[in-house]
Amino acid sequence: MSYQWDFSGVWSRWDILAVGLLNTIKIAAVSIVLGIVVGLVLAFLKLSPKKYLSAPATAFIEFYRNTPPIIHFFWFYYALPVLANISLDPFVAAVLALSTQSGAFYAEVFRGGIVSIEKGQWEGGRSLGMRHSQLMRRIILPQAMTRMFAPFVERSFELTKTTALASTLAYADLLYQAMRVNSETFRPLEVYTTIALMYVVLLVTASTLSRIAEARLTAYR
Amino acid sequence: MNEPILRVTELNKKFGEHHVLKGIDFSVEQGERVAIIGGSGSGKSTFLRCLNFMEMPSSGTVSLDGKEIGKPAGKNGERRYPESELCLVRERVGMVFQQFNLFPHMTVLENAMEGLLTVKGMKKEAARDLAVKELDKVGLADKHDAYPGRLSGGQQQRVAIARSLAMEPEILLFDEPTSSLDPELVGEVLVVIRKLAEEGRTMLLVTHELGFAYHFATKVIFLADGVFHEVGTPAEVLKNPKQERTRAFLNRFTEFAF
Repeated sequence: MSYQWDFSGVWSRWDILAVGLLNTIKIAAVSIVLGIVVGLVLAFLKLSPKKYLSAPATAFIEFYRNTPPIIHFFWFYYALPVLANISLDPFVAAVLALSTQSGAFYAEVFRGGIVSIEKGQWEGGRSLGMRHSQLMRRIILPQAMTRMFAPFVERSFELTKTTALASTLAYADLLYQAMRVNSETFRPLEVYTTIALMYVVLLVTASTLSRIAEARLTAYR
Repeated sequence: MNEPILRVTELNKKFGEHHVLKGIDFSVEQGERVAIIGGSGSGKSTFLRCLNFMEMPSSGTVSLDGKEIGKPAGKNGERRYPESELCLVRERVGMVFQQFNLFPHMTVLENAMEGLLTVKGMKKEAARDLAVKELDKVGLADKHDAYPGRLSGGQQQRVAIARSLAMEPEILLFDEPTSSLDPELVGEVLVVIRKLAEEGRTMLLVTHELGFAYHFATKVIFLADGVFHEVGTPAEVLKNPKQERTRAFLNRFTEFAF
């Protein structure tokens, strides 16, 4: 292979990529937290025996699970301002897109975790006089969490990778910053290899931390 | 005659088309110990579970201290049961399950404290004292910090009994408490239940342990096809049954006795 790798242009612009990495972490973290809220609400709605609560939640979930993520980004950034006459900052539009779509996926993770808890656990709590909300908080969710953990982490990794789409709204995430560096250095191979490795390091670190957390969570087993 | 603490009138339970309990009338007085026997599918567990509303009766009433639980709703004797009312009933009517239903993410002590903290809103120290006392009673003083998954079935069931006792229920329901235990572990659970009987507690026990039922109960009920086929003292029902069906049932149990 005759290609001469030259990372010097990338190294000298490390600060640009560092900003991108921090922004990627920021948007992923905010979207995960909001996604959890959206997911919990959707999961509880979908679990409701009342059709008028569960049906809209199901529709919402199916809509998001069956549309390409980039459409949500464009919709929040370009369509929402037209409809509601508000213009959104790229960060806000991207967070809305990410947290609603990840909420739809988290909802299924949470719902699956909750329904996987044996009937006997509900009955054990009820037989002591616990209310539904107390049971949920003290008995069901703590156990469901351990079962949700692995799929939740996997989904969060997906979300973190999807944050790269925010670059299409000119949000200065890692990919966007890489495109900037590329336009200055004209070394796409080096630039995109570097940020690919940065994503790997970010997610492998997160994966290690999540395994430690999971081990603690399931210590009673 | 004492005023019954628990009374059931015209209790019916249907699962879809399947009519499991057919108009049962029944009452328990303070200090009574009732053993309910019958074949599998006879409705004995369903009956017990209707008493603390683990199953909702299809019609009929359950009364505690003369007060009917729930409010009438609908034409066919259906009733509506507000959650707050059911919670109060379940505090007073404890239950021990066949499958223990312990909380696996909590230690033995935490299991026994849970109802006290969450339902009764007790302070941690007071709840701990009470839970420790009940765990001592069932012989598990040395297992406070163990998780249920590390215990034998007999030990788990004793924790479940302690968890229920800690709530200081007025009536205790036992739903086949030894049916899922290995034979050698049955004894340790029955010893605990016998101890509670000696304390004069009001208890209802669904069981296949006829020998235990004979010594334990003040009243034995033979349930078949959703009705009380025969009711009487242990001697009457288990030794001299009047009904052919009861005799047939008991014969199956003694077939392989030696």
